[in-house]
Amino acid sequence: MQVGEPKIEVTHHDGIVQVELLKEEILDEAVITSITDTILKLIDDNQGLNLLVSFQKVKHFSSSALGMLIRIHKRIEEGNGKLRLCNINPALYEIFVITKLNKLFMIFEKPDQAIMSFDR
Amino acid sequence: MTDRQYIELTVASNLEEVRGVENQILSAAGDIGFNAADMFAIRLCLEEALTNAVRHGNGGDNSKLVKVKYFLSQALLEIFVEDQGKGFNPGDVPDPRSQENISRPGGRGLLLMNAYLDQLDYLGRGNIVRMIKKRSV
Repeated sequence: MQVGEPKIEVTHHDGIVQVELLKEEILDEAVITSITDTILKLIDDNQGLNLLVSFQKVKHFSSSALGMLIRIHKRIEEGNGKLRLCNINPALYEIFVITKLNKLFMIFEKPDQAIMSFDR
Repeated sequence: MTDRQYIELTVASNLEEVRGVENQILSAAGDIGFNAADMFAIRLCLEEALTNAVRHGNGGDNSKLVKVKYFLSQALLEIFVEDQGKGFNPGDVPDPRSQENISRPGGRGLLLMNAYLDQLDYLGRGNIVRMIKKRSV
């Protein structure tokens, strides 16, 4: 992994912050820590944040990445914000089903559907 | 390339070293013709087993070792991952899908390995994980 290589892309539109995960693999501890820290700061800096995380580019992740999402989910709920996930490929979605995290997270196929679901 | 391989590797207990082992096994499995879904499962389970060995088994101690043995044929891939820790009983791991555990960040590696593998056993004092993935036809 190259130092300083961007791991996420953040865009703001109409009261929603969209985070695009840029890594094909979210396995490495350093990558997971970096993404987690960046997103937790976004949440802390924006009370009541509407956050959409897109997995368009992600092909592999591990249980550590699920832990990352759970920490983000917990922090955003503590701040009265909302989290939505989208663009998860079928193989990765199966991991959410096996772990039943598809019941904990609100997951949408497309970003537009996720954006519509935010109660603004 | 032969159609049967038996390889033993011993590496230092750090994530960079074990990722090299992971890539070697994935490359061998890909060469022998495991399909994309099998490769996805193998990668996930190797990642979970090797990360567990480094972080939990060996407790992040870089002076310890991780031993990996794998047997690969046209029919299946069998992998043993051994750490130098005190071992654990998989029966002690709580179900991460239950209501009281669903919001806990950890504890899903074992569940995923069980779901994606054809066989998963803990051997020795609980410090050796044996994983079998049959090749899909």
